[in-house]
Amino acid sequence: MKAGRLLPVGLISAAILAHEVLLMRLFSIIQWHQFAYMIISIALLGFGASGTFVALARRPLLKRYPAAFAASAALFGIAAVASFAGAERLPFNALEIVWNPAQLGWLAANYALLSLPFFFGATCIGLAFSRHPDAIGRVYAFDLIGAGIGALGVVGLLFLVFPSTALRFVAALGFAAAALAATGMARHRWFAAGSLGLAATVIAVWLPPSFTATGPHMSEYKGLRMALEVPDARVVEERSSPLGLLTVVESPTVPFRYAPGLSLANVQEPPAQLAVFSDGDSITAMTAYGGDPATVAYLDRTTAALPYRLLARPRVLVLGAGGGEQVLLALRAGAEIVDAVEVNPQMIELTRNRFANFVGGIFSRPNVDLRLAEARAFAATTGERYDLIQMPLLDSFSAAAAGVQSMHENYTYTVEALRDYLAILKPDGVVAITRWLRMPPRDILKLFATATAALEADGVSEPGRHLALIRSWNTATLIVAKSPLADEDIAAIRSFAGENFFDISWVPRISASDVNRYNQLDQEYLYEGALSLLGPQRADFTERYKFDIAPATDNRPYFFDFFRWRALPELLALRTQGGAAMLDWGYLILVATLVQAAILSVVLILLPLWLRRRAIGRAVPRLRFGLYFLALGLAFLFIEIAFIQRFMLFLGHPLYAVAVVLAGFLAFAGLGSAVAARWMAAVGRGSAVRGITLAVVVIAFLAGTYLIALPSIFDRLLALPDAAKIAIALLLIAPLALFMGMPFPLGLSHVGARSEEFLPWAWGINGCASVLSAILAALLAMHVGFAGVVTIAAILYLAAPALLAESQGFVPDRNRSRAKPSA
Amino acid sequence: MRPLAQCQVLLAAVLASIAAVASTSAPAQDRAGERAAMIETIKSHARSAPSAVGRQGIDPAVLETMRKVPRHLFVPEEQRSAAYRDRPLPIGYGQTISQPFIVALMTDLINVGPGDVVLEVGTGSGYQAAVLSPRAAKVYSIEIIPELGKRAAARLAELRYGNVEVKVGDGYYGWPAHAPFDGILVTAAASHIPPPLVEQLAKGGRMVVPVGAPFATQFLMLVEKRQDGSITTRQLLPVGFVPLRGGGAR
Repeated sequence: MKAGRLLPVGLISAAILAHEVLLMRLFSIIQWHQFAYMIISIALLGFGASGTFVALARRPLLKRYPAAFAASAALFGIAAVASFAGAERLPFNALEIVWNPAQLGWLAANYALLSLPFFFGATCIGLAFSRHPDAIGRVYAFDLIGAGIGALGVVGLLFLVFPSTALRFVAALGFAAAALAATGMARHRWFAAGSLGLAATVIAVWLPPSFTATGPHMSEYKGLRMALEVPDARVVEERSSPLGLLTVVESPTVPFRYAPGLSLANVQEPPAQLAVFSDGDSITAMTAYGGDPATVAYLDRTTAALPYRLLARPRVLVLGAGGGEQVLLALRAGAEIVDAVEVNPQMIELTRNRFANFVGGIFSRPNVDLRLAEARAFAATTGERYDLIQMPLLDSFSAAAAGVQSMHENYTYTVEALRDYLAILKPDGVVAITRWLRMPPRDILKLFATATAALEADGVSEPGRHLALIRSWNTATLIVAKSPLADEDIAAIRSFAGENFFDISWVPRISASDVNRYNQLDQEYLYEGALSLLGPQRADFTERYKFDIAPATDNRPYFFDFFRWRALPELLALRTQGGAAMLDWGYLILVATLVQAAILSVVLILLPLWLRRRAIGRAVPRLRFGLYFLALGLAFLFIEIAFIQRFMLFLGHPLYAVAVVLAGFLAFAGLGSAVAARWMAAVGRGSAVRGITLAVVVIAFLAGTYLIALPSIFDRLLALPDAAKIAIALLLIAPLALFMGMPFPLGLSHVGARSEEFLPWAWGINGCASVLSAILAALLAMHVGFAGVVTIAAILYLAAPALLAESQGFVPDRNRSRAKPSA
Repeated sequence: MRPLAQCQVLLAAVLASIAAVASTSAPAQDRAGERAAMIETIKSHARSAPSAVGRQGIDPAVLETMRKVPRHLFVPEEQRSAAYRDRPLPIGYGQTISQPFIVALMTDLINVGPGDVVLEVGTGSGYQAAVLSPRAAKVYSIEIIPELGKRAAARLAELRYGNVEVKVGDGYYGWPAHAPFDGILVTAAASHIPPPLVEQLAKGGRMVVPVGAPFATQFLMLVEKRQDGSITTRQLLPVGFVPLRGGGAR
């Protein structure tokens, strides 16, 4: 068989993966990213449903294989565009779910619509597996390599075009796959191929942009939409990349005046500002500056200005430059040198070039250096030593308040991160971290616990002498000092707080009479928390607190996950009195997604399987075979996702980690599946089960080795340039992924030899397991860390071959006759 | 396409006439029963929120006022059936009408009397101004979104809340012509409290600021200006929730 016959499989597979990544982006823009995650996970169940469909309609479809494939691929193309255009027009309001159960109906409608393209795309692949039972390894190879290229390709594409335009290209790719498949038709092949090719061109070039535009359909409760309701407010610039959509808004009539944490003692109005929204929500301000520090004097009266009272002419590092507010403050406060890092190159372009005049060219000053880097990677590689490391507020208050970041890994606020920051401070230097103050407190207490743990890990015996914590009514700033705070520092903190009506919640030698003076809380939880976290009651306090405030670590980097099950009944009972505002929804949404996915898996896959059990034949151990593919689906994604999370730190950006690790795993697993038949013949001596057993032993060994060795490898190589790090990452992934690509095709051919009817089921079960696994891995990582997730995956792999083995000993493998290498 | 379009026009016309009938008859059906039930819900919530209420419960006079304000006339047509449920409702433009319980708490906290002058920043639907109206001498309200402001002003005038004055504009500078204010309510979210508002607060006056995301009030902030001009703030949870298990934080 010529490779060209399988090219459409690669193309449609690339289109499906690209579509998945794209939908994440699109939904992060029109809704919030946790809903994006939820919707995509469920939509992927289209995979499962297609398994059912192919199993039911196998014979007639296979008889007209090229036409069926082409039709399904074309339907993917249509559904990719139409389902999103339809979904974004639904009146779904995520924020209203607590109050209005009818919103769940709209959520379900979203699922139903968005699963369509996945259904059609997966049908193509399911058909291909059924059509080529002798070449499963090669079909799988095309599938995986296509998927890898799709995942990487769409990330590249998103640097060039807006997501709504990228969607058209993905749809066109579906039509291209259809056109290619149509050339294999018995009749009318050139007519079919020609018209499908024309359709691809038309969709890519001609489709009206308004059809899939995100702007008009963004939730009206996102900051950008609200800002644009104000008279005369308008968008002056828009930049899009896979890192997010940046929208710059000007509001001349009613200025933004964005200054969180500003003291009530301040009387100055902030100057004109341009607001930069990320994905329509989180806001960072670019402040007009003409070079006169007096015009930004109000910045002295924010909690984040505290460290400048302790340091004279400091060398400052700003971790997260955003629109430049903290750089401006540093300049105003007389900093000698300011280094600022920012992860988004388009943000840098906006502040340094496009709006350079507006911000007074502060990023081009000789003593200011703005660098494209991720905070941790910069800290680990810089040779400089700083007096002050400033970590400003970059997320929006509502994002923080709703707990939407809870399931996101964040390596900037872990114990290891703080130790890295402390390591690049001069002996008298300090780290200053500002966060929104939520009620009841969560972030700040967790930060305090994290700082305490970091100081102790650095050998500090009395961490309380290195810490200071002040709060305004809506922000808090924590100071972590490398050396114990001196008496004059303490006096400076006290006078700064007093002048600005800020409360001191911790400072060395604090007494109960110092606290809760200006911004009165029912109970001074921050002071009491600080006292408990520094004393012998630490474990007891952490345990009794109703939110999870245990320090985040690199193994469990979920700083924003505060959810505790045992607080849930109380908060739900109080939901209409403000309890809902205290719930961290990210975690709950993840759990809800898992439950829904599990139910739908049963309905779409197991139920039809059970109903059609006769067709498969009694001789086939359906349950054991089914469990085999379930185990593989879970284990593959567990390892892949744990590696994505682990490599985030090394590659310096979540996006690079996702793209490189995903593409690496898919491509090398594709290679593995291509050589699986040879591996079975040579090493497994013709037995699929033996081949699989040996492969999973290698997988477990490699995964275990990486688990132990990766942190120290990363430590040593973090300073290398990006390209080298990407190459090293791929090199590390290659052997593991190669072997992970084998058990699935070997299992398929083993099972297929017993019952070809079972093939679509295997494909469907595996697809569903992958969906469940993606969600489950995220949940497990929050609880047992990455190490735990990888360990579970290794156990699943090791157990899998036993499910395939014949019950009475090692019966000669009937598959052997088929083992002639198809690859 | 044409017959379909005609059908749509016809359908829209029918729907519009039904809506017109419904809206003209709406004031007639007073929905006092639903309001009474709403007041009971507020009372029961208040009993479990000692932090925010402070006293024995919400001032009965506040509840009496809310018993009289026809909340259903302040929400969009399609939300009318839900008007008396204890929940925030969307009113368009990314804005909401606050949950009745929160309105009761804020009105209670701002604690204005018959001779007092009140400023509201963020008119929204106009419901809060209507609730403040019978309790104060004069209510000045500023709305940033012109359509909302105009609609609220017309509605308040139609319902004869004569002592409420609404203007469309930037709330940052307050309303200096009528300052000082005995009470200020800032329902429009802000990253900080505008200095002019603090300045326009009378000595002994109270400012109330709800803080949170849309549909989710996290806490209420009470800003008090003492007789000596000094400012204190208090953060009040609308709910009786203690973050430490097993009693207090000791």
